[in-house]
Amino acid sequence: MSAQAKLLLRVTGVAKRFGSVIALRAAELELRAGEIHALMGANGAGKSTLVKVITGEFPADAGEVTLAGNVTVFRSPAEARRAGIVSVYQDPALVPDLTIAQNMRLARVPLDAVRATMRELGIERLDLSRRAREIDYPHLRLIDLSRALASKPRILILDEITAALPADLSERVFAAVREWRRRGHSVIFISHRMAEVAALADRATILRDGVTVGVTATRDAEDKIVNMMLGAEVAKAAAAPQPRASAGIAPQAAPALELRGLTYGHALSGVSFRLGAGEILGIAALEGQGQQELFDCIAGVRRANSGEILANGRALELRHPADAIRAGLVLVPANRLHALLPQRSIRENVALSSLGTLGAWGPIAMRAERKRVESAVERLQIDKRASSEVRRLSGGNQQKVVIARWLAAEFRTLLCFDPTRGIDIGTKRQIYALLREVAGQGAAVLLFTSELPEIRLACDRAIVLFAGRISGEMPASEADEARLLRAAHGLAAPVRAEAPV
Amino acid sequence: MSQALALVRGHTILALILLLAVFVLGIEIARPGTVTPLWISNALLFAAPLAILGAGQTLVMLTGGIDLSVASVATGAAYILATNAASGDGTALALSLSLGLIVGIVNGLGVAVLRVQPLVMTLGTGLMVGGAMTVYSQYMLASQPHVPAIIQTLGAGKILGLIPVDLFLWAAIAALMLFALHRTGFGRLLYAVGDNREACHLAGIRVWRVLFVDYVLCALLAAIAGLVLVGGTNAADLSLADVYLLPSVACVIIGGTSIFGGRGGYSGTIVGALILTVLTSILTLLDVPEPVKQILYGAIILSLAAAYARLTE
Repeated sequence: MSAQAKLLLRVTGVAKRFGSVIALRAAELELRAGEIHALMGANGAGKSTLVKVITGEFPADAGEVTLAGNVTVFRSPAEARRAGIVSVYQDPALVPDLTIAQNMRLARVPLDAVRATMRELGIERLDLSRRAREIDYPHLRLIDLSRALASKPRILILDEITAALPADLSERVFAAVREWRRRGHSVIFISHRMAEVAALADRATILRDGVTVGVTATRDAEDKIVNMMLGAEVAKAAAAPQPRASAGIAPQAAPALELRGLTYGHALSGVSFRLGAGEILGIAALEGQGQQELFDCIAGVRRANSGEILANGRALELRHPADAIRAGLVLVPANRLHALLPQRSIRENVALSSLGTLGAWGPIAMRAERKRVESAVERLQIDKRASSEVRRLSGGNQQKVVIARWLAAEFRTLLCFDPTRGIDIGTKRQIYALLREVAGQGAAVLLFTSELPEIRLACDRAIVLFAGRISGEMPASEADEARLLRAAHGLAAPVRAEAPV
Repeated sequence: MSQALALVRGHTILALILLLAVFVLGIEIARPGTVTPLWISNALLFAAPLAILGAGQTLVMLTGGIDLSVASVATGAAYILATNAASGDGTALALSLSLGLIVGIVNGLGVAVLRVQPLVMTLGTGLMVGGAMTVYSQYMLASQPHVPAIIQTLGAGKILGLIPVDLFLWAAIAALMLFALHRTGFGRLLYAVGDNREACHLAGIRVWRVLFVDYVLCALLAAIAGLVLVGGTNAADLSLADVYLLPSVACVIIGGTSIFGGRGGYSGTIVGALILTVLTSILTLLDVPEPVKQILYGAIILSLAAAYARLTE
């Protein structure tokens, strides 16, 4: 590393594990005085963990943090703050029922200093006597930033601060960050948005699977950064083309699911697509780009502000998940614990779907139920050794129980939200094989996965969401990680010299 | 020993029956000759109203709720019955059951639709019913309350001088409860809602309907229990069922139903009600002042609940 600028913070060999999950293996970071340094990496690469180790949120298992030449171990964020390191985390850190002024007092930040930084951010007209609960999310982020700036940090850490900000407010954040650099301070900036990073940061450190894989100047380095974030997996995924059943959709038939201009708050704006029977449509997106809201709206968990949802050509009015289920749209949610009855048996969990829509409060046909449940359990090869309480099952088997519930019922479109998160590779394959089988039998599948390589393996077609809009659409055969990732960062697809067919 | 413990863990109902047997044996050893067919018959007679209250309480506790208005509803139902006996048995009976229906609907709306905490909601309605009954009693001073003969037979009668009549009502309710909980969709839904309300919502279940019906059923069962009670005492007063409030909850907890919902059942409550009845009987036999009895009763219930929690976790 060149020594032309003074080294302010140095992180070497930091490792951190939570139980069986290794968040960081060997993280390195060098921050110069007066630079904006981007910290990049895919979901789960360890960015937030590294920040929390630096600010003393929790101790590292191994490695060192050196501040201005001295090895330091902060035992709490308050200690780090006294040493001039202040972080703004992903979620607003304000007590909802206190006013802004009370929140500042709670954090022992002088109000005058906050007012001054709020002026710099152009939000000086915000009433400090309003309760945090009454203020919208983007402004809460700016208040968080004002509070952090008010304590005059030598090192300001911003973790995904722009993730939910509209463009105008993002600009104010960038201006403030540049101003901070001009005054000779340093900023660690975490963002998934490549364009932002290129425009704002001087250098970037790239993490992959808890390891620092590179440091680079950000100018004209987008492809380099994407490649480092992906690593060797690009080659691996490209080398594994997947045979798939052709989705034989009759062109004149109405699609199993169609969205027209679906809008939900700030999260989704004007999302439209069609999903045919027999097709598996993959959704790729970075964290918090509206995918959760998209699935929730289709499943009747949330109500869209505008736009239409059609199933088999019929417009739906979804007020309750029951409405979606009746229309054949069933959800396998992100968190399987949200869908399971942990203290009840596999059988009761699987049979639950038949109780809602049919309103079947009367006597249960026990034998028919057992047959139905058993066939679903067998089809998914669920391990039945701990069948009396599903909380005793492994995560993979629990996920299968959630899916089995819908197999035992009737559905037309399966909405799977990250069904393989935290599941071993064998079960993953089983689940994808099952999705393919279900599609082969004429069902439509909408699949969000946080693991980009899985799009090519499991889907027919892919849609990429960025900031609540569709930023890319491609057949699965072209959905290599680089292309998905570019779209997921809101970048245009590279121009290809393709002959028109 | 560890094997025995494992067996007990798997079948908590066995442990409860064992405990009941120990209690009965204890009485017989302390006072030989106490446990006679007549004593057993009386124990069943007294356990029935508690077990019927416990049935309603089991229904709501399975969903993670509680109903603290059951004692007021039971008392109120009994009082309305006795003060309206002059208008005919049928009318009196209908009026007293309709109190249960009304309170159940109010509780159900509060808990299921307005999402008031069950504890707060039913504590509130319980107080309101108690107050309303006091006001009502001011207007009813003129008429002479009396308990219809058929209710007296229900609450105190014995066939061949040995088999309590209320045992038949209890048995019928128990059969319905066990069937409903394990063999009907409604029963499944009670467990499901108590275990994970959000999962039920996602599975397309209208959770509020389940809870609403649940609280109505509980209040109706409380009214029925009140009728059995007043039939036994043959005297309607405004504190008739007060002493049953804690036991109605305790017999469910001792019976192994989780207060967080989703786990348990009525068979445990049955044994729980018997254990509490026998416990009362033991305390009566001990020649100690009433306050000491209360202290012992409370302490034993607490230690049973604590022991149970350790056994199941």
